[in-house]
Amino acid sequence: MKVGISLVVIVLLTAIALVGAGVGLNFVFGVIIPYAAIAIFLIGVVYRVLKWAKAPVPFRIPTTSGQQKSLDWIKNDNLESPHNTLGVIGRMLLEVLFFRSLFRNTKTELKDNSKLVYGSSKWLWAGGMAFHWSFLIIFLRHFKYFVQPTPKWVMLLQDVDSFFQIGLPIVYITDFLILAALTFLFLRRVMDSRLRYMSLLNDYFPLLLIIGIATTGVLMRYFIKVDIISIKELGTGLLSFHPILPEGVNPLFYLHFFYVCTLIAYFPFSKLMHMGGVFLSPTRNLANNNRAKRHINPWNPEVKVHTYQEYEEEFHDVMKAAGLPLDKE
Amino acid sequence: MAEDKYKQEDLLKIEYCPPRKDWMDSKIDFEAKKGNWCYSAVPAAMEYLDLNTEMGKWQPHDKDWPLPDNWKEIIFEGLHDRLKKFRTLQIFMDICVRCGACADKCHFFIGSGDPKNMPVVRAELLRSVYRKEYTTAGKLLGKMVGARELTVDVLKEWFYYFFQCTECRRCSVFCPYGIDTAEITIIVRELLDLVGMNIDWITTPASNCFRTGNHLGIQPHGVLDSLEFAQEELEDITGLKIDLPVNRKGAEILFIAPSADYFANPHYFTLLGYLALFHEIGLDYTWSTFASEGGNFGLFHSHDMIKRLNAKMYMEADRLGVKWILGGECGHMWRVIHQYMHTMNGERQNGLEEPVSPITGTKFENAKATKMVHIAEFTADLIKNNKIKLDPSRNDHIIPTYHDSCNPARAMGLIEEPRYIINAVSNNFHEMPENTIREQTFCCGSGAGLGTDENMEMRLRGGLPRANAVKYVNEKHGVNQLLCMCAIDKATLPPLLEYWVPGVEVAGIHELVGNALIMEGAKERTVDLREEPMLGFDEESEKVSAATGEDTENV
Ligand code: HEM
Ligand code: SF4
Ligand code: SF4
Repeated sequence: MKVGISLVVIVLLTAIALVGAGVGLNFVFGVIIPYAAIAIFLIGVVYRVLKWAKAPVPFRIPTTSGQQKSLDWIKNDNLESPHNTLGVIGRMLLEVLFFRSLFRNTKTELKDNSKLVYGSSKWLWAGGMAFHWSFLIIFLRHFKYFVQPTPKWVMLLQDVDSFFQIGLPIVYITDFLILAALTFLFLRRVMDSRLRYMSLLNDYFPLLLIIGIATTGVLMRYFIKVDIISIKELGTGLLSFHPILPEGVNPLFYLHFFYVCTLIAYFPFSKLMHMGGVFLSPTRNLANNNRAKRHINPWNPEVKVHTYQEYEEEFHDVMKAAGLPLDKE
Repeated sequence: MAEDKYKQEDLLKIEYCPPRKDWMDSKIDFEAKKGNWCYSAVPAAMEYLDLNTEMGKWQPHDKDWPLPDNWKEIIFEGLHDRLKKFRTLQIFMDICVRCGACADKCHFFIGSGDPKNMPVVRAELLRSVYRKEYTTAGKLLGKMVGARELTVDVLKEWFYYFFQCTECRRCSVFCPYGIDTAEITIIVRELLDLVGMNIDWITTPASNCFRTGNHLGIQPHGVLDSLEFAQEELEDITGLKIDLPVNRKGAEILFIAPSADYFANPHYFTLLGYLALFHEIGLDYTWSTFASEGGNFGLFHSHDMIKRLNAKMYMEADRLGVKWILGGECGHMWRVIHQYMHTMNGERQNGLEEPVSPITGTKFENAKATKMVHIAEFTADLIKNNKIKLDPSRNDHIIPTYHDSCNPARAMGLIEEPRYIINAVSNNFHEMPENTIREQTFCCGSGAGLGTDENMEMRLRGGLPRANAVKYVNEKHGVNQLLCMCAIDKATLPPLLEYWVPGVEVAGIHELVGNALIMEGAKERTVDLREEPMLGFDEESEKVSAATGEDTENV
């Protein structure tokens, strides 16, 4: 059902783009929508991140995943239980670049109806890494469509990405990696009963949308040739704020481009904001130096406490009889 | 007891594949689910703590819950307020991608197969209401995008599932963004408490603690009696009359332990261990009847309650004029001390000094601000510096394994210190499988105020992963004792193990320290602190095995 609706939405988006391109609304799809999407993205992301950043972090509650720093002779695990900023940076880098926590993943099984076993389970990690890194590299490679002449680092990236090149046209590893990874992530969501149970429209939709983007991209590159020169004119025009509308661009491009704009505009309202949130997560980005350095809560409330004086007053007689020392005789 | 009521083969019929249906419409049948929830708070306790008593006397299995008329308003106001106060809450509401990595990490899911015990779905119970209230998509598209109205049934579901989370933070270790369901649980429990909904096992200990300084509500003379009883018992075992300083001004160190250590079994033997150790090293310290509780059920209640109950530690240290505070074996107590105390009550910390061990001269720099040291850190330092004499063969009748309690492991990173001590006092230590210890340790299943008898089915289920790992080392290495450093563990693991792994006992680390400790002037020891015979130490064979340094059990 939720997958179905996501698909319907994707089909609708497809129809809008193809019809739009067909009736010649190139200006809308080539200029207005992209600028609008970027504007929504920038404003939305900044708004969301500022909103998070504005909320205080009243307590220092890192989840420690390794040995604390205590006695000199006990080795502190500064990446899993960092005691200083350097350690925190290391921990965050491991999380953001290599999905450290996800790498720990295990799969719980009850064997013979009596023995719990926790097998290593790195598939999600591998799929996640393949998807995100491919996405990042593909994103960066796209600079060649926006900057003239193509920057050196983009050329380098292309060379690395096509390292195992055999024939022509140049085949990028990430193109196929991302499709494989996305297929895996999608199948996992619909086939694994637990994942299906927890998944929402908000989960299927971005996945399908990105699959749409990757598929149309791959189609253009390897199967239905499009006019790269014109597209680059459009891209450089957009980035330099002098939009040009080249003639005769394949509608498939407009479809690809419209998907991308949708993703960009959808981004700030979605779970994709995990990109920003991961950096702000207080269980990961704080040092475990709690007892060495005081953490201040800006709204530390006054609360009613029970004082020793009240206590002694209530229990004065029994304390006296028991021979316990008293502040007031 | 539990054996008669619940059959193992029934509990072990666990289905990890949830049904195909949507999770959002649901009604909890509390009557049918007896054994999986806790009784409600009694008004007297709520009243003593100045909490909302509008609900009066009620029980979860009542058909109608006597909610205040404006309960919804109260919840939304509370939620709004907390969103502004906690970045954690906002981030955790917004960024979960439902990747499912946390799903089978929760002991309650593993032991019950109830899909709403998957941490992500537990959080979705709140997130769904948040979406409806705070997101446009949620308002417009409703259930499709995981948004739903807050109804009485949703509220009941919150009560059921947020009192089925032990705030153990295991899920948070595996989440790629560190989403900590414990934090969400704490906050939802606060919301429930605002409308007057809480459980007895949390509010009664909290109100007792507020009044008398300890969870059981033992008055000062009772605390003293208990300690004196231990003093006599130790004299029987060692022949030594130890000092027992209580409420003594001018001591160097204030020692605070969870009160179960002097009122409950098997905690009590850990108390004997502390007393023996402090006597042997001649520690200048004192107990306090006012700060007679290290534990803090406020953690299971609300942030404010943590602060209210914790305040006495610094107030008492200040009043007694000690230099620093030493804390006993307890899990949630240490979560509070390590992650909340100084932030909350730092202003009450006046004359304390940076902790330095008077015996070894070691500066505890990791505790230089809070000025409170964990006894495992303290004792590990003593052993490392050869300040105490230990005979590990006195523990040869014990084949121990070690259960990392959730909070020391995942909120402090206190992982190696206890192991160092255990290896110094035992020749037979065996670890449980690696996915069940250290930061991946499994909860006892009864933490966060859920250790009540009426909740026994859920406790046995939630404790299954832990018990199962104990069973593994029991069968493989003959392990007969589960060591831990937590008062809740010591109370709740014995019935759990009796049910799943009969024959394995539960003990604190300082109990084994007390067994192994060679005390000057003490009589020849033949029994351990439980007055059970030690292997090779009976009257006839004297110290044969110790003399040869033989490993009696090391399969
Ligand atoms: C700092 C940057 C980012 C980090 C550290 C990060 C990390 C993660 C992790 C750990 C997961 C869970 C595992 C998985 O399903 O792969 C995930 C899921 C996901 N991420 Fe990211 N991400 C980042 C940026 C992005 C961006 C820029 C996008 C897309 C525009 C994105 C799209 C997704 C999607 C769609 C999923 C869900 C996959 C599924 O449904 O299974 N992420 N991310
Ligand atoms: S591991 Fe984290 S992101 Fe993944 S489902 Fe659980 S809470 Fe959400
Ligand atoms: S904190 Fe522990 S009990 Fe609560 S959801 Fe996470 S794993 Fe389960």
